[in-house]
Amino acid sequence: MTDALRMPRRDFVKALGGGVLVLVSLPPALTGAAPGPEQGRGYPTDVNAYLHIAEDGTVTLYSGKIEMGQGVVTSLSQMAAEELGVALGAMRIVMGDTATCPWDAGTWGSMTTRFFGPAVRAAAAQARLLLTDLASRRLGVPRAQLSVEEGVVFVTGHRDRRVTYGELARGQLITHTVDERAVLKAAREFAVMGRSPKRLDGAEKVTGAAKYAADIRLPGMLYARIVRPPAHGATPRGLDTSAAQAMAGVTVVNRDGLVAVLAPDPETAERALRLVRSEWDIPAPPFDTESVYDHLVQAAPNARTTESAGDLEAGRQGAARTFDVTYRHPYVAHAPMEPHVALAEPKDGKLTVWASTQSPFGLQGQIARATGLRVEDVRVITPYVGGGFGGKSSGPQGVEAARLALAAGRPVQVAWTRAEEFFYDTFDPAAVVRLISGIDAAGHITLWDYQVYGAGDRATEVFYDVPNKRVRIAGSWGGEGSGPAAGAARYHLFGVGPWRAPGANTNRFAAEQQVDAMAAAAGMDALEFRLRNTTDQRMLRVLRAVAEASGWRPGVAPRRESRGRGLACGIDAGSYVAHVAEVTVDRATGAVQVERVVCAQDMGIVVNPDGARMQMEGCVTMGLGYSLSEEVRFEGGRVDTASFATYPLPRFSWVPRIETVLVPNDALAPQGGGEPAIVCMGAVVANAIFDATGARMLRLPMTPERVLAEMRRV
Amino acid sequence: MRDTIRFRLNGAPVSLETDGTRTLLWVLRTDLELTGTKYGCGEGLCGSCTVLVDGRAVHSCQTPLAAVQGKDVTTIEGLARGGRLDPLQQAFHDEGALQCGYCTPGMILGARALLAANPHPTREQIVRGMEGHLCRCGAHQRIVAAIETASGRRGGRDD
Repeated sequence: MTDALRMPRRDFVKALGGGVLVLVSLPPALTGAAPGPEQGRGYPTDVNAYLHIAEDGTVTLYSGKIEMGQGVVTSLSQMAAEELGVALGAMRIVMGDTATCPWDAGTWGSMTTRFFGPAVRAAAAQARLLLTDLASRRLGVPRAQLSVEEGVVFVTGHRDRRVTYGELARGQLITHTVDERAVLKAAREFAVMGRSPKRLDGAEKVTGAAKYAADIRLPGMLYARIVRPPAHGATPRGLDTSAAQAMAGVTVVNRDGLVAVLAPDPETAERALRLVRSEWDIPAPPFDTESVYDHLVQAAPNARTTESAGDLEAGRQGAARTFDVTYRHPYVAHAPMEPHVALAEPKDGKLTVWASTQSPFGLQGQIARATGLRVEDVRVITPYVGGGFGGKSSGPQGVEAARLALAAGRPVQVAWTRAEEFFYDTFDPAAVVRLISGIDAAGHITLWDYQVYGAGDRATEVFYDVPNKRVRIAGSWGGEGSGPAAGAARYHLFGVGPWRAPGANTNRFAAEQQVDAMAAAAGMDALEFRLRNTTDQRMLRVLRAVAEASGWRPGVAPRRESRGRGLACGIDAGSYVAHVAEVTVDRATGAVQVERVVCAQDMGIVVNPDGARMQMEGCVTMGLGYSLSEEVRFEGGRVDTASFATYPLPRFSWVPRIETVLVPNDALAPQGGGEPAIVCMGAVVANAIFDATGARMLRLPMTPERVLAEMRRV
Repeated sequence: MRDTIRFRLNGAPVSLETDGTRTLLWVLRTDLELTGTKYGCGEGLCGSCTVLVDGRAVHSCQTPLAAVQGKDVTTIEGLARGGRLDPLQQAFHDEGALQCGYCTPGMILGARALLAANPHPTREQIVRGMEGHLCRCGAHQRIVAAIETASGRRGGRDD
């Protein structure tokens, strides 16, 4: 590839003025997905990060990632500052702007630190070498005799013979491309990584200065409200927009199925929308909240086998006891506090779109395809994102805003209402797991026949030592969910997509309850049973760590004392987690209060320990929701839980005492942190309920009614 | 219908010629361009739009503009005085009591009203007082700690 193609956009480089620009180019295997030819068009396909050192010594990292609360503004800055040898305070970061940042697939999958982190560290390490070379020439001293501290290069032992990065960056723009992996610092050398500075986005967020997509104001901008169907799959029968059209200041757009009212303020738009009369034909509901599980099994695509060993029949024959259990997980909403928003500004045949999205470059392509504009004529800028959790991986609101802005010839904001958010969300898919397992008389797992419908394969790998096993995956949250009868009876009636640790919550809910049930049937302590059945050293370490931190004492569940404790463990995004939960169950109402959760996590090198703990606490708290209350209720394409009144999220009074343990593993590069600690929450709460009551909760969420019903069956 | 609505906003007098039935949230966000006050649900169920009216926390999405006639309205932009963060803002920052930050302005103002009514609340009183505020990132434990810190019940960070 020529240098010209490797360069960022020319106008961007020009705008930088002087300074040192370092481009880092690492193989896709190190940084996650590579762009397809269409996706990355107009961008250097092998540049992952830019780092610019300005003449005033300010260092700016340009990253296509976005900040949605996970704290990467801070942790990426720490990584760059560490390897470059500058103070954290000298770092600036520009994220998610398609005009100035290198191409990136999207911010999801706990991949920013794991895969993008190495690119940032390599860029910074190489920049440090480049700058010390410049300093070597300036000071007339070989590089080996130079030291770097907080952006100052000095002759080792002679601090007065010095030159700053800023001074070195003065003059014409120097660009440098990094192709090989630079030598990175070891954990014991860290001065900025491995520490917990306050969040770099904290000050803006506590003062209200932080801008989200809905906070961008442009002169002459219009606010849109869009005519929506009452149910997914409904087709329009009649439409009358005349009353809305007659309102002062209101414009109606009706193009290619997109019908919207535009007004100078959101309330006028809302009033205009209420004047629109629309009629729809709604297809008969093929299934609903209760019958979806049968549908998922019947209409499932062919299964693929991801793991297989031994002989299942022999495992069955050799088992002292077998267990054949079916688990169910409903559709679950992302429900970020910030609904989907975009503001599109048309100018000179081009579009600039500010959007709440996890994938600015993906959205740029979507908008180009939908509008016929060239990709390079669409700029997507991502301000702070008010929560994503996977739900902002695609950006339909950005496409809507772009189409409406082009139609109106003015900037248009599309801000979904909470009801629209609950209707157009790409839910965590409903899923079914059937798990047949067996144990021998000594409490060893001899059989593991796992089949999941709808959730995909994440966190299904069998880390227990089972001689006879099979894991089969039929359908996923991703592309393979359309089923054999696609079109006639679709697998899902509304959008589904990635939801924090996609599919893993379903899979651990089933697997770790099954393990717990086997331990109880064997008359064994749940911890001892797990320790006996795995030799995975990382798993053993997190299990022992959580046991110690929680004060685990041997005992066999269920104790049926209305108070109970549970244990669960898993692997996700390269990290290992183990949880202990303590609950109380109200025998009269079935209400569950989670009193305490201890979570131990091995995530390799920890870039920012407090940031990692925040993510773990967030995972535990969010996990309470899918465990106890969250369920999208629906009848056919009609969503009946489109409000916080009908879709309850965890509240302050639900939140247990959360204790987090970071299990040291500095020999391993940083692993995922945004998702692993949520994947066991369903199982650990279910196992604690079992200990408290003897009731097995096989369906999520574990609402008081369901807990009461199961308690009565015990 | 045009009304003249006068009130104090973050300490300064404001006079608006507009329809008094309009919603405080949207007047703040559009006419006054104070975007720190967030839309979360429009139904008064999440607390993201919380502002202070005469020191009491209200859902601005449920408050008609006419209801603040002659009153004192404080938004998140008005909480820091003379460049100094309010102790709650400082405590939220220090404790890492936020992630995406979208619910944070409403949380801080809700907590400000709570502490105004009860300067030294117990943990239970904090939990009860903040129950109407939703946070999807799950920063609850740290938010409670931040409110305790700001109330003087807690000596700052543990670590």
